Amino acid sequence: MSFESIGDFLAMGHHGAYVWSAYGLTLLVLTGNIVWPIMARKHYLQVEARRLRREERA
Amino acid sequence: MTWTLFHKLGSPKWFYEISSRWLPGLACAAVLLLVTGTVWGLVFAPEDYQQGNSFRIIYIHVPAAFLAQSGYIFLAVAGLISLVWKMKLADVALQAAAPVGAWMTVLALVTGSIWGKPTWGTWWVWDARLTSMLILLFLYFGVIALGQAITNRDSAAKACSVLALVGVVNIPIIKYSVEWWNTLHQPATFTLTRKPAMPAEMWLPLLIMVVGFYCFFAVVVLMRMRLAVLQRESRTAWVKAEIERTMPKRTLR
Repeated sequence: MSFESIGDFLAMGHHGAYVWSAYGLTLLVLTGNIVWPIMARKHYLQVEARRLRREERA
Repeated sequence: MTWTLFHKLGSPKWFYEISSRWLPGLACAAVLLLVTGTVWGLVFAPEDYQQGNSFRIIYIHVPAAFLAQSGYIFLAVAGLISLVWKMKLADVALQAAAPVGAWMTVLALVTGSIWGKPTWGTWWVWDARLTSMLILLFLYFGVIALGQAITNRDSAAKACSVLALVGVVNIPIIKYSVEWWNTLHQPATFTLTRKPAMPAEMWLPLLIMVVGFYCFFAVVVLMRMRLAVLQRESRTAWVKAEIERTMPKRTLR
């Protein structure tokens, strides 16, 4: 453990703003990259399933 | 690689089935490695005697830069396979990996810029390493834009493959930029021949993060490829069966 306290950890020795903004942005980008294909797949499957039903009825 | 495996790899259905078996393991590995590496790097790694705690940005900057370049090499290899053997799946891989590689380049540039401010006193300098990475980002944009601008799939595959192959010349330029030109950027942390200049408790979490980023990249690219395969094969019986399986009747109104 290289920090004495939680406050110490958050401050990152006056570099807190740099370290946390870099990690925050990375978390955002990585999450977005995972969420997008999951949502797009869900959307595609729904649209296609509806299309197949319509074609079945027709 | 035997030719039968090569032909199997070209089959979208086979890829769709085998990738569903790879994904859970890869995803678990990615989460495990990224969490371990982040906690180790942020909390337990010792502070740098010159840069203080701002050096902890290395644990995301270096892996992102690794993937930005490896991602482009991946595009070039996929482009070569798609050009030479006209393998459709290689084009799917190229198109799926391009946006992910572009995001990794953005991450490398932005985290580098944030790290540069407290370390060099500036957000940006037009030096060789930074400029060649910016060019890499534009190459990614070029591949993405080209893939979307051409509606004919075969022409788009050909154009993107050529651009990916031509652009790969930038990769050695990025790699050696810190040696060929005077630069603010520090030389490579990891080399195959020398031991890292930092203690193990600093570079081990970095190595874990690099491997974690590779797993993450593989997971995202596989997910995007699987969706693209479904879209391209939407008229086939196996895709219809897959839609039936994942979207049973009662879930739809």
